[in-house]
Amino acid sequence: MELLKDILVIDFSQFLSGPSASLRLADLGARVIKVEKPGQGDICRQLYVSNVEIDGESTIFHAINRNKESYTADLKNPDDLSTIKKLIAQADVVMHNFRPGVMERLGLSYEVVRDLKPSIIYAEISGYGTEGSFKDLPGQDLLLQAISGLPYLNNNADRPPTPMGVAVVDILAGTHCAQGILAALYKKTKTGEGSLVQVSMLESALDFQFEVLSCFLNDGQLLPQRSKVNHAHAYVAAPYGVYRTEDGYLALAMGDILFLGELLDCPDLAVFSERKDWFDRRDEIKLVLAKHLSTNTTEHWLLKLEPADIWCAEVLNYAELLQQEGYKGLGMEIIVKTSSGKEVKTTRCPIKVNGRALKSSIGAPGLGFDTEAINKEFQI
Amino acid sequence: MSALPLEGVVVLEFCQYLSGPSAGLRLADLGARVIKIESPKGDACRKLAIENLWMDEDDSLLFHTINRNKESFTANLKDESDITIIKKLIKRAGVVMHNFRPGVMQKLGLGYEDMQSINPAIVYTEISGYGDGGPWVKKPGQDLLLQAKSGLMFTSGNFDDPPVPFGLAIGDILCGAQAVQGILAALVHKEQTGEGALLQLSLLESLLDFQFELLTTYYASGKIPERSKANNGNPLLGAPYGLHRTLDGYIAIAMVNIELLAEVLECDPLKAFTQSDVFDSRDEIKQTLADHLKIRPSEYWLMKLREKDLWAMEVMDWNQLRESEGYQALEMEMALDAQKSFVTTRCPIRMDGKKLISRRAAPLLGADTDRIITEFGLK
Repeated sequence: MELLKDILVIDFSQFLSGPSASLRLADLGARVIKVEKPGQGDICRQLYVSNVEIDGESTIFHAINRNKESYTADLKNPDDLSTIKKLIAQADVVMHNFRPGVMERLGLSYEVVRDLKPSIIYAEISGYGTEGSFKDLPGQDLLLQAISGLPYLNNNADRPPTPMGVAVVDILAGTHCAQGILAALYKKTKTGEGSLVQVSMLESALDFQFEVLSCFLNDGQLLPQRSKVNHAHAYVAAPYGVYRTEDGYLALAMGDILFLGELLDCPDLAVFSERKDWFDRRDEIKLVLAKHLSTNTTEHWLLKLEPADIWCAEVLNYAELLQQEGYKGLGMEIIVKTSSGKEVKTTRCPIKVNGRALKSSIGAPGLGFDTEAINKEFQI
Repeated sequence: MSALPLEGVVVLEFCQYLSGPSAGLRLADLGARVIKIESPKGDACRKLAIENLWMDEDDSLLFHTINRNKESFTANLKDESDITIIKKLIKRAGVVMHNFRPGVMQKLGLGYEDMQSINPAIVYTEISGYGDGGPWVKKPGQDLLLQAKSGLMFTSGNFDDPPVPFGLAIGDILCGAQAVQGILAALVHKEQTGEGALLQLSLLESLLDFQFELLTTYYASGKIPERSKANNGNPLLGAPYGLHRTLDGYIAIAMVNIELLAEVLECDPLKAFTQSDVFDSRDEIKQTLADHLKIRPSEYWLMKLREKDLWAMEVMDWNQLRESEGYQALEMEMALDAQKSFVTTRCPIRMDGKKLISRRAAPLLGADTDRIITEFGLK
């Protein structure tokens, strides 16, 4: 089922934020044409982002850009620019993640594009918004994590601020951009009107923290206090955390400390009889639990906890995860074929439609692979 | 201001906690009318306080943050007369979403087929922890547990650290965000064809999707991407990617050519390395850099790095961020119309140059039941 059948997206974006949004639109059935600079292409093709390569390009590029077409155009060349404008005139969505002002200088501002195609949905992702003193700073994931306070939420209190080890701001800004585009497509389908959709990585990073920021803003601007030990969430009471066992690690989410004490045969927990203590004295509680849980195996504890419906889980790495029936049964892995015929194993879209997983076998395109075919098809 | 894009869409939210409700919140901010269907006891999140913070004696501040801009309708889904009323309401809705464990809605007579027979064009969305089959189907779909199972805890922190969870409910948030995408795409399709759709999502699949770069790299290499020994920023990336301590704080340095970095920071020991070493000698390079950066304040280093437009940034806490003009210019905070003053953050998406601001506070349990019954003629 292709929910977005016949939707044409012209994507000028690079790296991860914009391209992850267009990947999702492609998975949902849209046709995505990636417009790239001749010779170099999306910087993600070459930038040293991973030392594992496929077809001379990073695995990351292949993961992000499967199921898309590649069209090369030099936007500073007037002939190429006028060709691109003809393509845009036949599109539903235009998206980019250049720094503010770049598309304007290229002659592809929202106003210009809207004149070409009044019903266009024009979506842009910036680093820090288009106003204010940050606007010209580079919009890179780690820098956005650094500025938005995220590293002060992870790891134990005696550890330095610790960034999240996945490009979470890029990915969230991409999802927010896709949401805006899709909402605008709905409106366009109903009314024929286009829209301008704007997302910034900083606003996305703040939205991600909406629960904890709301605590902070309404509780006298008290900065987040990480647990000293077994930290997992600055605002959540014990036992919430990850605990070492004799042979691995166990994650424990929210739970009744007194009940846990009985279940685990850990009488030292009984002194924490006030519910309020579970937050206020969480470090003491966690220390008691950590000592107790280190005395036996993960399996041993799971057998006690799971039947009592205590929220717990064993901590897995990728190698262990891939052995699990619960993982294999999802059918999350797909094989795609790049335009040069190379097979790449990657993950599919996480959304199932009408009971079926969305699996496209089209891999990432070589730079400019589709340029000629697109020129012919669209007569540009 | 022109109409919000989802004006006229009615969403019934049979959801608790965060994954589904965060999706409902986004749809509401984009203009949909979101009605929370709650049991007479209410969404359990009403009683789930973080940091012991409460809005009033009934509801946690957390609940208010997630459920602003919605209506609340109470119904006992085990009571037949209430089910009859709910079914009448379903007839008038465009979207239904739930995040019960698999099988629960079917048992209540509110599965996809049941709803389709009432409203063939319904967009029916279900969020589970681990998908609707397999050995984990009955396990609780709680965020930290999904982080544990999905390999995510080996991406943050340093090599010698134990597994380090993300300090936010990343699985809930991502699954909610993916649900919004599916729902909106289905609404486009429905508008074009008149057909509804069944959408199924799980926290586990959302977290695997989140790690797609890491997993694709792992599938290709067979080697688990490892956190660096010092200053890990992302296990896939070479030096100098990470946060580094300075004399008076921390700075982030992202992808920067190591030879250029040695020159700009005037770091002689770093000149022993070339760009081709950034993966194989990642730990040594980061350690060399760490020893050098700690001798001077952040401002000194940032000035040098920014002169060359290299990717670097000071690490700020929320107070420092809020004092900056760049933050204030975003106007990200909004005060709600609530009896007790309450400030939260707005929707991060702007439409037609305008911020999406809604000041409507979260509903009291069942606050809208009577009005909705009358409005839709449910009794």
